[in-house]
Amino acid sequence: MSHPLTPVLIVAVKLLCGAHARWVGCAPEERQRVYVANHGSHLDTVVLWAALPPALRARTRPVAAADYWSRGFRRWLATRIFRAVLIPRGVPGASPEAREASARAAVESTAAALDEGSSLILFPEGTRNPGADIAPFKPGIWHLARMRPGLELVPVWLDNLKRVLPKGKFAPVPFLASATFGAPVVLGDGEERGPFLDRLRTAVVELGRR
Amino acid sequence: MTTRFDPELVVVFGGLLALLVTATVVGATLRRRVTAAGARATIENAWQRIVAWWGMCAVFAAVTAVGPLASTALFALLSFLALREFVTLTPTRLADHMTLVWCFFVILPLHYVFLAVGWYGMFAIFIPVYAFLFVPIRAAIAGDVEHFLERTAKIQWGLMVAVYCISHAPALLMLELPGGAGEGPKLLLWLVIVVQLSDVFQYLAGKTLGRHPVAPSVSPGKTWEGLVIGGLAATGVGAGLGFLTPYPPIVVAGMALLLVFLGFAGGLTMSAIKRDAGVKDWGSSLAGHGGVLDRIDSLCFSAPILFHLTRWMLGDGA
Repeated sequence: MSHPLTPVLIVAVKLLCGAHARWVGCAPEERQRVYVANHGSHLDTVVLWAALPPALRARTRPVAAADYWSRGFRRWLATRIFRAVLIPRGVPGASPEAREASARAAVESTAAALDEGSSLILFPEGTRNPGADIAPFKPGIWHLARMRPGLELVPVWLDNLKRVLPKGKFAPVPFLASATFGAPVVLGDGEERGPFLDRLRTAVVELGRR
Repeated sequence: MTTRFDPELVVVFGGLLALLVTATVVGATLRRRVTAAGARATIENAWQRIVAWWGMCAVFAAVTAVGPLASTALFALLSFLALREFVTLTPTRLADHMTLVWCFFVILPLHYVFLAVGWYGMFAIFIPVYAFLFVPIRAAIAGDVEHFLERTAKIQWGLMVAVYCISHAPALLMLELPGGAGEGPKLLLWLVIVVQLSDVFQYLAGKTLGRHPVAPSVSPGKTWEGLVIGGLAATGVGAGLGFLTPYPPIVVAGMALLLVFLGFAGGLTMSAIKRDAGVKDWGSSLAGHGGVLDRIDSLCFSAPILFHLTRWMLGDGA
């Protein structure tokens, strides 16, 4: 069930940046999907979420890094409002075994959320990227697509949010921002990791040029 | 004296309701009858506009009924949305971030507070003096010199059009008009009706009879036929609604004509800025109309002039 404060948050987000949805590659249908977006601002999650129609929003959960979202207000926001799927992030300097274990746990908890029927919001760059380009995608999304064949990955381009709240700033500036939804990408039979991640990333980048 | 049950306001809002019903009936009929591919797009756009007009009229009627503070709050919100559209199309840089935070969350609200408490002197100079000097100072502190003057000027112009100019519409409520506090809301209503009807009439006359564009490189949709026929029709309505204003009968038609001209000039100037930025509309928040600025651009230029002319005629402006 959605939190009673959710509508307040949605109105605040729309007042701040419009959060206009452009469905260019698919229709907003009530089916299980993973929304795969570029990541440049703390507002990305909430804006993509606000851009979805209410019925879709109610079943869509963002996937977020547990180390960042596990304390205080952020924790309340992540667990109560977004019902985020919190996953471990690779710790720099950890042993290869430890990294592998944490990557497996991340993919498994994401797959478990899919099995409950939720749609997901995922940022495969792994972290906010301040540059103009999109960073290479992390391989977790490929593992997830292999575990759940036929899963629809909808590429999403989030526009202008780096202007609203750039990395390193605390106060936002109201700019109109939009989320552009492209045609779903599905993992091909035996498609290898590298080509698949490139294809998915290109789909997101192409939306940004439209 | 309460504005709520003022018989003149009831008559005018009743007239607006009748106009909306007529437009809806005509629009619905055209939607069913017209099938030609070329005309379809125009009819669909007109239909979206009519639907949006219902919402805009309802909101305006509601705030008028609640009182001057509600009207002022509505225009503050419109200023916020308009400034948001303006800066989105302005190529700002990361160094402008804090300057813009100040513009949206300090300068804009303070300006409307000065208006709401009726501090005329501060309302008149706060943006053109204090804010206009603050903007370049804050940008210089941020340290990025690339296109410095250009960036500063664009942010100042955004404040000027979206905040300062628009705020002169609700500023009419602060004038001490003969007849008491109930007269301000009527003058505001008259301004909005004349300017917006002028837009509608010019659009209709331009779509049906328009041949010769006024400034083809700026806005191909604005034609001489639309301007003259639509403008004169709006002037006629403005003169007919003269009972809403404090002006003598001879003056009221001239004022309406001036508003029509300034509304047109505002729309044309804002179109030139859009053209320069390479877009057709300021945004997409009002289906069929474009953005908020697309709807209120004609108010930006007419409101300050009407405010100051009226103030001068009342003898306060000497």
